[in-house]
Amino acid sequence: MSFLSIENATKSFGGLKAVNDVSFTVEQGEIVGLLGPNGSGKTTLLNLVSGALPATSGRIALEGHALTGKRPDLIARAGVARTFQLVRILPSLTLEENVMIPAVFGTVAHWGAAAEAVAREALETVGLTDAGRRAGDLTYIDQKRLELARALAAEPRLLLLDEWLAGLNPTELAEGIALIRSLRETGITIVMVEHILEAVRALCPRCVVMNSGTLIADGATEKVLSDPHVIAAYLGEVEDA
Amino acid sequence: MTRFLPAPALALLAALPLWLSDYGLGLMIGMVTYVTLASAWALFSGHTRYVSLATVAFYGTGAYTVAVLNEALPYPLVLLCAGGIGAAMALVVGLSTLRLAGVYFVIFTFGLAELVRQLITWYEVNVTGTLGRYIFLDVTAKGIYWQMLGLGALTIGLTAWIHRHRLGLALRVIGDDEVVAAHSGINLARTKLIAFTLSATIITLAGAIASPRWVYVEPSIVFNPTVSFLTVIMALLGGANRLWGPLLGAVPLFLLFEWLSVDFPDTYPIFLGLLFIGVVFAFPNGVLAGVESLRHRLKERRA
Repeated sequence: MSFLSIENATKSFGGLKAVNDVSFTVEQGEIVGLLGPNGSGKTTLLNLVSGALPATSGRIALEGHALTGKRPDLIARAGVARTFQLVRILPSLTLEENVMIPAVFGTVAHWGAAAEAVAREALETVGLTDAGRRAGDLTYIDQKRLELARALAAEPRLLLLDEWLAGLNPTELAEGIALIRSLRETGITIVMVEHILEAVRALCPRCVVMNSGTLIADGATEKVLSDPHVIAAYLGEVEDA
Repeated sequence: MTRFLPAPALALLAALPLWLSDYGLGLMIGMVTYVTLASAWALFSGHTRYVSLATVAFYGTGAYTVAVLNEALPYPLVLLCAGGIGAAMALVVGLSTLRLAGVYFVIFTFGLAELVRQLITWYEVNVTGTLGRYIFLDVTAKGIYWQMLGLGALTIGLTAWIHRHRLGLALRVIGDDEVVAAHSGINLARTKLIAFTLSATIITLAGAIASPRWVYVEPSIVFNPTVSFLTVIMALLGGANRLWGPLLGAVPLFLLFEWLSVDFPDTYPIFLGLLFIGVVFAFPNGVLAGVESLRHRLKERRA
């Protein structure tokens, strides 16, 4: 049995199939890159896994337990945490409170000093200090850090990153890559949507590629990135090639 | 220090009727009623930012419950019934509306108050054949004052407890971002329903306790939408997400309205309108938050 299995996942918005019959599995401890051009359905697929959107059909399961049809809070409690493509922080709460939330309401349900300890550890992992600040005052990169810290404080078994490295400058990008790599040592399983190929090559031994809602490639990163179908998806079909 | 202040303050307030005239006591009842309403309203709306205009739907229901049952049941049972009816109504309304967000929720709650009023009017005219009802209870003004004071203290105490409890944290997260709340393991529907029901039950009880003051009630009296608007503006003035915010807004505004309605009975609604606009413009986050940011700015300037 696979750790995460996605079987024939489909999501339709009216006549548009944003995710069309996608199937693949992820083993425990893997870091898988989810690639594809804009609008190919990557974020929608993450939304189906995290429960932000209900699937039209298909089955998604974590260690054999169905996630499809469950509310997002129950999926979170099952050990799935995520970041969002457009950063979502809680602006009126402090950094510590932001990060504490999934520790308080998640799988383990810490409270008081235990929750604060989890929050501080997660903040330390992503390199944020001054935990009493309001989250609304943070810079963009720090908001991204905060979001990752929040996901980590959930002590998740499956982490979904939606373009977490996008919008960073080269120095920050190098830090971000090192940070995610350090997570791998903890045994966490990661599915990451990413456009920055440098990061994908550095972090993901395996990639899954989507185009127009369907899965077009799944395999070792270098092989997938040189696949003519994948190149065509990114650059457009070359006529009579 | 502030933690120990409420107890002697409450004792002092409880002893107040010994010195007050009838007029003074009536004024205090009104003031404590609005403190209770604003605090109960803020219990749900303060953190979640779901602006409810259904206050008078519950407040009026409480009063009407007493009007219907006051001759059939002993007073404590009447109160119990009012609380039960308020809670049941809140559960039904909550289950059907808390999925609505923003302005849709505001409009729904406003519609609810009108709906309840029209339903009762229809029922009274067509089924019982009378529109008005009398409340004859041997509850004194002092009795009403003490009960309302108790309910107000209970509301603020409950709010303080919620603020320190997981429920309070969950409500704050919901107010900031419901998607994040759900993805952090918070059960949105249950959290909102608990807070909404607590708030609505208290508001219903406040209506029940205050009702003997009216003696004669009919739907247009007890379901006056101004009550809902006043409650909102009082809570906003003080700061709806602070423990003492609603109280701080309710006391001065109630006194101001009382003065205006006595001295300028004809132009009073105009002042009311101006005040609504003024509060929203001047203190969008409440006076307490305003004072805090002012102090913060002064400190930064000094540093």
